[in-house]
Amino acid sequence: MEARVLSPCGVIGSGFPESSFERGLSMKPHVIACDGGSTDNGPAFLGAGKPNFSRSATKRDLKLMLQGRESLGVPMIVGSCGTAGGDAGLEWACDICLEIAREEGMSFRLALVRGEQEKAYLKKRFKEGRIQALDPAPPLDEEIIEKSAHIVGMMGDEPIARALDEGADVVLTGRASDTSVFACHPVRMGADRGLAWHAAKILECGAACAVHRTRPDGCFAWIRDDHFVVEPLNPQMYCTPQSVASHTLYENTDPYRITEPAGVLDTSRSAYAAESERAVRVAGSEFHTAERYSIKLEGAELVGYQSVIIGGVRDPMILKQLDSWLNGIREGFETRVQEIFPDREAPPAYQLTIRVFGRDAVMGALEPEAGRIPHEAGVLFEVTAEDQVSANTMAATLAHFALHYPIPEWGGLISTLAFPFTPAELEKGPVYRFNLNHVVYPDDPYEMFPTETMEVAN
Amino acid sequence: MATLGELAKLIRSKNAGPFNLTFDVMFDEEDTYRRVVASNVLTKEVFCRLYNLAEEKVLLVHHDAARAIKISIPRPVFSCDLEDGDCYGGQQFGPLVGLEVPDA
Repeated sequence: MEARVLSPCGVIGSGFPESSFERGLSMKPHVIACDGGSTDNGPAFLGAGKPNFSRSATKRDLKLMLQGRESLGVPMIVGSCGTAGGDAGLEWACDICLEIAREEGMSFRLALVRGEQEKAYLKKRFKEGRIQALDPAPPLDEEIIEKSAHIVGMMGDEPIARALDEGADVVLTGRASDTSVFACHPVRMGADRGLAWHAAKILECGAACAVHRTRPDGCFAWIRDDHFVVEPLNPQMYCTPQSVASHTLYENTDPYRITEPAGVLDTSRSAYAAESERAVRVAGSEFHTAERYSIKLEGAELVGYQSVIIGGVRDPMILKQLDSWLNGIREGFETRVQEIFPDREAPPAYQLTIRVFGRDAVMGALEPEAGRIPHEAGVLFEVTAEDQVSANTMAATLAHFALHYPIPEWGGLISTLAFPFTPAELEKGPVYRFNLNHVVYPDDPYEMFPTETMEVAN
Repeated sequence: MATLGELAKLIRSKNAGPFNLTFDVMFDEEDTYRRVVASNVLTKEVFCRLYNLAEEKVLLVHHDAARAIKISIPRPVFSCDLEDGDCYGGQQFGPLVGLEVPDA
């Protein structure tokens, strides 16, 4: 057997050269697939239901893929639509897809596989003890499920395969495991699961498996009986056995064991060899089916609304006592806040986070050189409150309060912070946090991922 | 004497999901990879001392096919929580770059 898979790029909207994509089409793929999401850029996208990439950049990529699919008559799959793969992201991607179809006069059978989860369903599974924490995980109870802005489940290949079985030409999905989108069709065609899932793990990042990925670009795989071959689409890029082996390191805790809903991809016996100057052959990868089928959850909850202040310190006198000076500001501000909400009985609750760039803002507790005194430091003050007006009100007062906060060495009024902006405070908007690192044990791979199919006719 | 940064093709850190961090130290040459592994310059113990962590939290793997040393830890603060300063986890490898590797 041979299953051929075309991956135009690592994430839809990040772009790819048309020449690379055309080269991919010329190699006659059985399926064109692309990932659309990640948790990497933070909880804001799941929380607010907004995509990371622009509509126009996504439309450009999607249009080329739809045209390519139509020219070959093969299925196309986009996973984790709209970055987080919630309902908002899926609807956004569907809308773009329908717009392209109208403009280009395309007709196809479109399936939408949802990944957003009902809170009632999750509470039921929680009560049944069928939601389990991974390590490390934040605490979970029914209240946390209830107060989440959005929760998605990361689907496996099965719901996507079912949509294809039912005749879909184009499948857009909510949150899906990056690999499911690529492993799905080869597994349907009868490919070995170890090889299909390992190839999928490489395909999901486009040309990231190449030695020098000079720009976002694509990758092609041939999955055969006892091995698979991967090659970057761009003739100027190449893979080596090392670059392909290295790809299992990327964003994984354990490079030899990669967990999927149905089991674990085991690459500990994988052998990598050069197939040509640009392509690599991989054999020996295994897939071990898990005892229980599990779906990973991702959730985001609203923390509050932020307003932030950026200021620089160059005064050596302040720098040598930076922590005590900042603590003085923190404590003094607690008192000052009492005075600025005369219409309320008590000031609104707030959290003040202070980071010192040039010292330990990047690594925090992990920083081994936190004690060193820099010649200048950037201070970022973040006020988080329950509503935006309160955050803005407090930040405006804090900027002024910190600007003139004294140190014992200087007599007279001092101005302590170099502000690059006016006003000094910036409204940052709502802030979210990831609140789940858990798995659900569903009855079957489908119950969490309802599918609707429509005929797009133009 | 050379630093790990001079010998490695790439030293990087990255989120492995929002709750874990992973560090990859990769080498072009087999000899260099073997030399660094044999030198014990980058072990669990060294990493824990540098990052002030307990050893049982650390996974260290020597990946021969990738000529890489890989280390994974739980994030001290989850990605993008209020106290987190590195959403992608991409700038946590700095302290590894200057580690000194004795001549073979």
